[in-house]
Amino acid sequence: MRGNHTVGEAAVRAGCRYYFGYPITPQNELTEYMAERLSKTEGGVFIQAESEVAAINMVIGASMAGGRVMTSSSSPGISLKQEGISFLSALELPAVIVNMTRGGPGLGNIAPAQSDYFQATRGGGHGDYRNIVLAPSSGQELANLTFEAFDLADRYRTPVMVLGDGMLGQMMEPVEFQAEVPLKKLPAKDWALTGAKGRPSRFIRSLLLDPVEEEEHNWKLMRKYEKIAKEETRWETFLIEDARMVVVAFGTAARIAKGAIKRVREQGLKVGLIRPISLWPFPFKAIKDIAKRVRHFFVFEMNMGQMVEDVKLALEGGGDVYFYGRPGGIIVAPMELSRVITNQYYQKRLL
Amino acid sequence: MKKVFSRPKSLKRATFHYCPGCGHSLIHRLIAEVIDEMNLQERIIGVPPAGCAVLAYYYLDVDIGEAPHGRAAAVATGLKRALPDRVVFTYQGDGDIAAIGTAETIHAAARGENFTTIFVNNAVYGMTGGQMAPTTILGQNTTTSPGGRSQRRDGYPIHLSEMVAVAQGSAYIERTAVNSPAHILKTKRAIAKAFEVQLAGKGFSLVEVLSPCPTNWKMTPEASWKWIDDVMAVHFPIGLIKDITKDKRDDH
Repeated sequence: MRGNHTVGEAAVRAGCRYYFGYPITPQNELTEYMAERLSKTEGGVFIQAESEVAAINMVIGASMAGGRVMTSSSSPGISLKQEGISFLSALELPAVIVNMTRGGPGLGNIAPAQSDYFQATRGGGHGDYRNIVLAPSSGQELANLTFEAFDLADRYRTPVMVLGDGMLGQMMEPVEFQAEVPLKKLPAKDWALTGAKGRPSRFIRSLLLDPVEEEEHNWKLMRKYEKIAKEETRWETFLIEDARMVVVAFGTAARIAKGAIKRVREQGLKVGLIRPISLWPFPFKAIKDIAKRVRHFFVFEMNMGQMVEDVKLALEGGGDVYFYGRPGGIIVAPMELSRVITNQYYQKRLL
Repeated sequence: MKKVFSRPKSLKRATFHYCPGCGHSLIHRLIAEVIDEMNLQERIIGVPPAGCAVLAYYYLDVDIGEAPHGRAAAVATGLKRALPDRVVFTYQGDGDIAAIGTAETIHAAARGENFTTIFVNNAVYGMTGGQMAPTTILGQNTTTSPGGRSQRRDGYPIHLSEMVAVAQGSAYIERTAVNSPAHILKTKRAIAKAFEVQLAGKGFSLVEVLSPCPTNWKMTPEASWKWIDDVMAVHFPIGLIKDITKDKRDDH
């Protein structure tokens, strides 16, 4: 199944009944899939909005009503959605936002890139907030993490971003879908706006003119983010037990890195991988734990160095960090990467 | 003794923060009266975006969701599509609906989204201190059109209601005012009509209310009522603009 279709199917199976989108490559197949799928699903609503801005605000509306709702886009479109993402965070509304990243800045191109790591993890919108960001690296993980994104959004009343790229969106892979039930028991949506029938009226707002109220709201959000960081950090390790050098990479880059590591292992190089699956919360502790016995970290990204800053934060000056990246939508071949890893391995005299 | 006047059930027991002579408190009350009379309190959801009226949730005792500036029509679209059997309305100022939110409004009307918009036109950005609005009249002095709005520098005012009326999906558009008891009663009837059109599933409905802003107009409340008649209503004529539920146009 094509990656973009996989996300759509997983979303509908997770109970998503509302989708609002706007055409942009390389995620159009997802919008088209939702148009078709939701028109054949009871209670399904699909709107092709007049803009990315309108789409994310329709998401706000359907989320206020208590629905499971999703939008998707690619880099320039995600920039336009940032206002809405800031509001979703402030209003504490669950929603899933899929970003099939393309090359940038500006219009860039439609090739796969990871140049929106900062935007995704630092909050491209205004205000003191965090978003859960999940970074799948395969078709199967697109399905699993999309499914999980809806649960996380509902559990924490917060927007969740699934951060893919043009390659993941376009690539076809076999996928198995999970059962159509929430993964865990979720809290009731006792905040949704449904009309004040048999209960006092409710309002959902983010305007808090009183600085004391605004500070309290920010503290409330911060406590939530701390809880998420504690309970929802996800990562995967690969061949790190005996590793003398550990590659850090996410998404498509991690997949390329696995191929490269298999190659250099054949040459006897002891190289492993840690793959952050949640980019926020970032697996700071997991990396720091590895650094207790590994000094050399090799960060590989399809950008000019963004996640590498988080790796350095995790190491707190304690490790040796080398960065290799290529921007612009270039997909590095495992052979190229294995050559760079090997060079670095020899330069550090790790053999 | 028979009680002839009281606070509507759908209006909270709260003191309005609006300036003396402002039209918002009047319009809030009219909406609350209509909600009561049509028995909608348990099934209505309001969407106020940024501007003076964003604080509507302090006054209207119904479910309310705040929208970002200009985005009320998109938020209302999401809400209404998710809950088609509820009544959904937006409450927007002129800057919100006719500048930053023009696209959302026109496209919601074009899609025939089945919700109601109350558009409060006071020809200025009120909350931010009286800057030029898209509906500021040529010659009108504001903090960002010093010396009066000039066509050469500032362009012409926008007639949003007429633009929305052109959209095929809009069902009922009327412009009213709240500067006399007769106009206030007509405004109330128009709001009720808009909700009826929505309940009948006819499509997008909008009531534009010419509303005084004495503070930013730098006038007395009395003079601002007169200014609506003498200046504003000349450029923005009061009356029915579109009603697909009627056979012929009614230009009252």
